[in-house]
Amino acid sequence: MIEKKIISKRFDKIDPYSIADYIATGGYKSLAKAMAGQRINILSEVEKSRLRGRGGAGFPVAIKMMALAKEAALVKYIVCNADEGEPGNFKDRAIMEKDPHSILEGMIITAYATRATKGYIYIRCEYDKPIEIMRHAVEEARKNHFLGQKIDKIDFDFDIEIRLGAGSYVCGEEFALLESIEGKTGRTRVKPPFPTSVGLFGKPTEINNVETFANIPVIIGMGGDEFAKIGTKSSTGTKLLSLSGNVNNKGVYEIPFGVPIKTVIDELGGGVPDSRALKMVQLGGACGPIIPRYLLDMIIDFDRFDEFESKTGSGAIIVMDDRCDIFDILLRNVTFFKHESCGKCAPCREGHNQLERLLRKFVDRKATITDLISIESLARVMHQTSLCGLGQTSPTSIISTLRYFRDDYIDRLESLEV
Amino acid sequence: MKMMVNLKINNIDVTVPENTTILDAAKAYNISIPTLCYYPDLRINSDCRICSVEIVGKKGLSTSCSTIVQEGMQVKTHTPRVINARKTITELLLANHDADCTACAKNMNCELQKLANVLGIDENRFERVLEVRPIDDHNPSLLRNPNRCIKCGRCIDVCRNIQGVNVLEPLNRGHEIIISPPFGKYLTDEFCTFCGQCSSVCPVGAIIEKDETAAVWNVLHDPQKHVIVQVAPAIRVSLGEELGQKAGTIVTGKLVSALKLLGFTKVFDTDFTADLTIIEEGNELIKRITTGGVLPMITSCCPGWINFAETYYPEILDHLSSCKSPQQMFGALAKTYYAQKENIDPATIFVVSIMPCTAKKYEAKRPEMGSTENNLDVDVVLTTREIGKMLRQMGVEFENLPETEFDEPFGKTTGAAAIFGTTGGVMEAALRTVYEIVNKKPLESLDFMEVRGMEGIKEASVNLGGKIVKVAVAHTLANAKKIAEQIKNNESPYAFIEVMCCPGGCIGGGGQSYGTTSKTRKDRLASLYTVDAAMPLRKSHENPDINKLYADFLGSPLAKLSHELLHTKYKAKHRHQ
Repeated sequence: MIEKKIISKRFDKIDPYSIADYIATGGYKSLAKAMAGQRINILSEVEKSRLRGRGGAGFPVAIKMMALAKEAALVKYIVCNADEGEPGNFKDRAIMEKDPHSILEGMIITAYATRATKGYIYIRCEYDKPIEIMRHAVEEARKNHFLGQKIDKIDFDFDIEIRLGAGSYVCGEEFALLESIEGKTGRTRVKPPFPTSVGLFGKPTEINNVETFANIPVIIGMGGDEFAKIGTKSSTGTKLLSLSGNVNNKGVYEIPFGVPIKTVIDELGGGVPDSRALKMVQLGGACGPIIPRYLLDMIIDFDRFDEFESKTGSGAIIVMDDRCDIFDILLRNVTFFKHESCGKCAPCREGHNQLERLLRKFVDRKATITDLISIESLARVMHQTSLCGLGQTSPTSIISTLRYFRDDYIDRLESLEV
Repeated sequence: MKMMVNLKINNIDVTVPENTTILDAAKAYNISIPTLCYYPDLRINSDCRICSVEIVGKKGLSTSCSTIVQEGMQVKTHTPRVINARKTITELLLANHDADCTACAKNMNCELQKLANVLGIDENRFERVLEVRPIDDHNPSLLRNPNRCIKCGRCIDVCRNIQGVNVLEPLNRGHEIIISPPFGKYLTDEFCTFCGQCSSVCPVGAIIEKDETAAVWNVLHDPQKHVIVQVAPAIRVSLGEELGQKAGTIVTGKLVSALKLLGFTKVFDTDFTADLTIIEEGNELIKRITTGGVLPMITSCCPGWINFAETYYPEILDHLSSCKSPQQMFGALAKTYYAQKENIDPATIFVVSIMPCTAKKYEAKRPEMGSTENNLDVDVVLTTREIGKMLRQMGVEFENLPETEFDEPFGKTTGAAAIFGTTGGVMEAALRTVYEIVNKKPLESLDFMEVRGMEGIKEASVNLGGKIVKVAVAHTLANAKKIAEQIKNNESPYAFIEVMCCPGGCIGGGGQSYGTTSKTRKDRLASLYTVDAAMPLRKSHENPDINKLYADFLGSPLAKLSHELLHTKYKAKHRHQ
């Protein structure tokens, strides 16, 4: 078995509307265990687990958690980023729809460990069912005194509010998300300061992805050291994958880190349908690299993904067969980002418009060598200088295809003369 | 004591205090990193990314305006990667910019143009993508051209955070963003106060004052017109800077010569009507205090403040002094007293004002500001920048000009009037006069140090006839808002308040030279006090020509004619009707 179901162990086995089902399957036990011990123990278990953020960037979770715990402010926030808007990603949706309390439990433990006073779950507005289920779960958790005042009869008050996005992709970026919760336009802020010192409403705030929070009860349950035995050296635990595109079995799968991409596509995905040839795979979503067939032996691991300098680690795998045209894909990606750029920083605001125009020339086979040089230079400048993750990662598909599919670009040139 | 941080910039050892930005650290070691959205005194928003530098060990580039130095950091400010990034971003901006430079008021004064020059941009790899949008010129003061805007965010910051007015914001998103009043309305719809601070910080020609130099050139050569000019207090310490001299250079005498060269028949001093304002306003204050009138009384010489009060605080309009501003008192007297005295038809008199201010353009066009039939008292208002432009067009060699005195009968003035140009100045001038009138004895010291300086809100107490009276001075509209809120809530402890809309008062006016910072404002402020100290007369009530004006024409302060010509009324403006 390639799959290892830790986060998804309750998927389709419990009624997501039933807190009793969750409790009957060991739910909220980790919270009780955490609250029975010292706060510092929670931090140290998370540190030992070497858990890295599941939203894509793979930042060590313990660092954020300790930073928040150290802040002396009376009001501190925990924010769960459930604005899963990256094309090709749908694993957070699965957790929310199938095991909502695991997220709440992770948030409550985090809040307890860091003395945070309030939590927000920011869900994209298109996620009707997850919104309904999460709202219901919060209600039930309140009724059962897992949320509210004097949780577990000790001096710990914590409640969670659900906020909905308004359809903007960039609000998945942590600062834009905070601005949005504050009622402002979704535009990122200058860092530093980082959210753990100046976050939501100016207060210290820890923002984690849905899957990250769902990992916390697991870590407390089995212990950080045990957790760290799963996966690889640099990437511990399991990863939920969103497998889509030209594969027979699309869906969400949970695997331990270290499994090769090819194995996921062939064994879990059942290979490419209609006996077509696999041409390329985009990792992480629209902002991730597009890699060729010969790189598919690569294992799923944050450090391996780092070489693409992108948010590859969200676990999206989009498979494309030989009918797909690279430039159609790239143009679609760039048009999406052009539409979703908040417009705050110059390279992202102006750059996507120009990338789109340059790509269109390749689509129309009207490109020149100068265009090839321009698109490469522009993509790199946007990657290196943009203010937030959107503009830094959106050119990844262009940078990666220039590296692995350069011949396709050359083929599209109108002539080879300068 | 501040901890020092050691780092390397371009392999040079650099030691700077902690919390210094890379940009400032480099500057301290004579390395100038190009910037575009950065402006001293405004918030760092690092939107343009032009000041990006390489930090050894970091993958992407970092903006030097927002990155704080760290011990052992190695910074490279001009590697090929950095230079290419700056060029690429500048080309991107130029591709979406109305870059018809010779047809732009900011030509040679444009920060984007300078940047392109410094970076050596001689061609643009990117296609032009500008979508032409309509220009907002529906007000007398400012012109907004979204086609030139590079979305740096300075105007938003100055309007929102320095002035607290907040009429500008980014509309739409991505490449479709425009900086505009909400919902794409005009400035007039959103009750902009026309302070013009946005035009003074705009790096390009996207927000500029409405240029009226052509009208002045025309009238200067119209034999039917008697063209006279008045010069605001702050201009004498700022025009030199506009013409290439050091900030704060005092150019009073040269200024008069220059305006004569341009062809003005008479060159008068607004300081004269500043003295007159003190007499009228001082008497109004005494009357309010002694007869139980509405207190605190607030000064009314600043048109940005008047616009702000009429729009945002209509409930406190009774607190505003009914005195017109010195500019409008001048206009009213020019077309009545002066016309009679010189036996000229007021319809042929053309009054030009040189003001550090864009809101003065709006004030002059208020329909109530006409003392003679079908004729506004002030015909054209030129900013410091516009008169600088005219003098350059004329080819006047300003530095070599002789010194000339202002013309009579509006030429003899006092030090009290000169300091009208700075925050605290009107208050100090008023106190010098009110104190002596009420207490019937001369002041020991004329310098009211408590009301001087750049503090946002200053307070002082004065003994008036045995009664201790509290006064306050506020500058910037964000501070004016605090004062207004106090009054609205019946919590104001003051009897008299001076409000100036711009940072530092008129010396920091929205019509002053480009590149005005807190440093240049301080230089101009110091010079105004130098002018004051050097004047033979330093109290408005000792100005003999003012006394003559009352004796020959006005009668007495607050009397019928004074009331008709020198006082006005305010009207609430309703937002979002």
